[in-house]
Amino acid sequence: MTIQFQLNGEAMSLDVPEDTPLLWAIRDHAGLTGTKFGCGIGMCGACTVHLNGRATRSCITTVGSVDGQQITTIEGLGQDGEHPLQQAWVDAQAPQCGYCQSGQIMQAATLLQDFPNPTNEQINQIMSGNLCRCMAYVRIRKAIHLAAGSSESSSAGSPQFYEPGQEEMSNA
Amino acid sequence: MRKFAKYLANSAAEQASDTPRLSRRGFLIGAAGAGLTMAFASSGIPVASAAKSISEGAFEPTIWFQVRPDGRVIVNIVEAEMGQHVGTALARIVADELEADWNDVELHYVDSDPKWGLMVTGGSWSVWENFDKLSRAGAAGRTALIEEGAKLMGVSAGQCQARGSQVIAGDRAISYADIVRDGNIDRSFSEEELKAMPIKPPQERRLIGEESKALDIPDKTDGSALYGLDATVDGMAYGRALVPPTRYGSSVKSVDDSEAKSIPGYQQTLVLDDASGTVPGWAVVIADSVHAANAAAKVIKVDWAAGKTADVTEQKILDEGRRLIADDSTGALVVNEDGVDNAFSSADSVLEQEYVTHSVLHFQLEPVNALAFQKDGRWEIHTGNQWQSLILPTLAKALGEKEDNIIMRTYLLGGGFGRRLNGDYCVPAALAAKQLGKPVKLMLTREDDSRFDSIRSPSVQKLRMAFDSDGQVLGMEHHATAGWPTKAMAPFFMPKGENGEKFDPFSIHGAAHWYSLGAHRLRAISNELASDTFRPGWLRSVGSGWVNWALESFIDEAAQKTGEDAIEFRLSRLKAEGKNAGSAPNSVGGANRQATVLKRVREISDWGKDMPADTGLGVATTYGQERNMPTWTACVAQVHVNRDNGKVTLQKLTLVTDAGTIVHPDGALAQVEGAALWGASMALHEGTQIEQGEVRDTNLNTYTPIRMRDVPEIQAEFIKSTETAVGLGEPATTVVGPAIGNAIFAAVGVRMRTIPIRPEDIQAALKA
Repeated sequence: MTIQFQLNGEAMSLDVPEDTPLLWAIRDHAGLTGTKFGCGIGMCGACTVHLNGRATRSCITTVGSVDGQQITTIEGLGQDGEHPLQQAWVDAQAPQCGYCQSGQIMQAATLLQDFPNPTNEQINQIMSGNLCRCMAYVRIRKAIHLAAGSSESSSAGSPQFYEPGQEEMSNA
Repeated sequence: MRKFAKYLANSAAEQASDTPRLSRRGFLIGAAGAGLTMAFASSGIPVASAAKSISEGAFEPTIWFQVRPDGRVIVNIVEAEMGQHVGTALARIVADELEADWNDVELHYVDSDPKWGLMVTGGSWSVWENFDKLSRAGAAGRTALIEEGAKLMGVSAGQCQARGSQVIAGDRAISYADIVRDGNIDRSFSEEELKAMPIKPPQERRLIGEESKALDIPDKTDGSALYGLDATVDGMAYGRALVPPTRYGSSVKSVDDSEAKSIPGYQQTLVLDDASGTVPGWAVVIADSVHAANAAAKVIKVDWAAGKTADVTEQKILDEGRRLIADDSTGALVVNEDGVDNAFSSADSVLEQEYVTHSVLHFQLEPVNALAFQKDGRWEIHTGNQWQSLILPTLAKALGEKEDNIIMRTYLLGGGFGRRLNGDYCVPAALAAKQLGKPVKLMLTREDDSRFDSIRSPSVQKLRMAFDSDGQVLGMEHHATAGWPTKAMAPFFMPKGENGEKFDPFSIHGAAHWYSLGAHRLRAISNELASDTFRPGWLRSVGSGWVNWALESFIDEAAQKTGEDAIEFRLSRLKAEGKNAGSAPNSVGGANRQATVLKRVREISDWGKDMPADTGLGVATTYGQERNMPTWTACVAQVHVNRDNGKVTLQKLTLVTDAGTIVHPDGALAQVEGAALWGASMALHEGTQIEQGEVRDTNLNTYTPIRMRDVPEIQAEFIKSTETAVGLGEPATTVVGPAIGNAIFAAVGVRMRTIPIRPEDIQAALKA
């Protein structure tokens, strides 16, 4: 059947079975590959998009259920990657392999709608649904604080160096 | 595996490698296409005209970098980018010596054309093995640009210096872009000249060790970064694997796809015929879309004849490990010093313990996938991969093609962690494309990725230590057995032990410790039941990850036996003497440097301070993976144990790392943070078991890596150093597990000897 929805503000019309996961409709039919496949059961969050402005797992959302709705993907979150979260992600140097980060950012956007000045605990509660296998969690949390402009943003460290004394190196 | 080659010439693991050396080739700098190219000349080719040789393509195997007429400096990156920001680190080494403006630097990730040489990214080697080569290449480029810039300005080279992509003489300057455009560089350097290249002293470095942002990060925040999963080509079909019940020995008896025929978009099911033996018993569903392939897979019935490992369990593999350890005739003696038997026969007392680690999945977030097709008669494989040079011969065999007729185009990796050192997942994609006669994009589902994973093998280890009547250590033995990845996938890299038996160095690395603990015997044994059941994999830190679990837990038990403080016990036996003195260039300072990180972690953690009830601190240390590339690491973990439900809360990790020169400090810190949390995750959160010949847990409903809510406070520090830059991607992984186990003992007095540590294990131990 033909399914129509708004994708990043543009009308999209797809002729696909209505039980097709939204993830594959976005990736393979609409050609937007920033949204990733990780687990297929809604438990890693790599496929997170916005459905009418709220974070949603696209791998377990059928395209039929979004008929007439508004979908936003990472490509549509900000102009040229300049959304405050995207900037914060660069400032915090959050991504390692980067594969989960589209989903992390989309989830974080919903988090900041609900909690404009989130605590660590609030961030932990909401972001624990998003797996980062590189385990860049410390920096993801830092980036969210940075985007929120909260005072906790300085809590995650920058590289610290220690210079041992000469006698320490020569005589243990 | 440039470094691997040196294993062939050296039998003992400790002597395995030396500083990577420049090969006996000239170095060329000259114009090629639009810009200045720096490359090695083929051996034997006269390098009278560098420009001519370069324009004719008479160089190999590595083109290091180019300076373009617009001033851009393009650094070719042969390593796979999988989260470690390796391109940024390597480019900064080049740019520092080249005196390039960092804003002009761009990365170019290369394909698998032979001109790039052997391609492998693993072992935490990338910076270590490239540092010297890239420095010299950068310095040669700087020298040539200064010479030509001086000529263009009409001054002598001696009056010039290079800074910020300019050659400067007094108040005059000419940009690299202008030199490349207007100049006529045609320069070759002999091996001797390269050796004598004026490498800058550390205090003159302008990029190495300074803060910078990783070049690969912006694309990873806006969806534009391309991973293997994102590869497409016109006319491709989607493939969904039907994975057989055993890794080896399965065959398809029949396929019934009658129910799938009514599914729109379903094309057909291919039973693969694999001459390389990589994926026996595989079938692939071909469809117009992922969804159609998945829908068809649900209703297609495959009748398999399973291989002989269909009833293997985790318990059987561990029991086989125990049998092997009990049999003195098995395995390779990696270390076998004089006096071990005497130490035990004359001992007043002996401490002996067994340690176990269970199966671990890579669970890299991007399930393995590959796009395969033929273009202009040549095979192309588009995928993310860590060891292109290893899988190309296998692909050639599977396809019945010559190796040079297959090219791999490497995309960003949605996680490597060693999984993509093994490119076995490329084979079914290529075979399906060949059988279909059309491009095929094969994507494994998460569950299939887990079933097909090259898991970290379960392991069994027995450690023994002999003491005299004064509690002095006379000697120790360490016996370790698991499935060996190197034997399964790269047996040509197995060195021989003291008894002439070959062994997998990556399955014992980390155990050849720097403690002075009397006569040492180290025995590595391959568990063949494990490697018959699954293909053992290299997983972040490989053997060190489980070897150090046993070693550093056991050292703690030894300290407990002698009544010494756990850090004091270690410090008093870390002496830079004899075999532990260390040597240039990689291990200067030897055991003293391990002692230094230990002392520092004691200083900045709460070691020795009173802890709340059921809360404790544990320590562990390591030299990383290779005695000849030691990354000195120490960790203190603070845990709280809930006596009612057995839950362990990891509250804090304090880590000190001496990795020599730190090229990209923020990237280094990210590696330590990630590696430490991998260690925590494997100790407390994840892990699976073999049931009926396969892993029991295949997705996140039951396989549970650490999430943000369980992340402890992490305090990480580096030792400031100008010594040889060594690896950082893995060492922290190896210390966190034993530090946690030792902290649990400090907190509630129970000794855990198996990872993962589950709440029910703690409860059982507390009741015992």
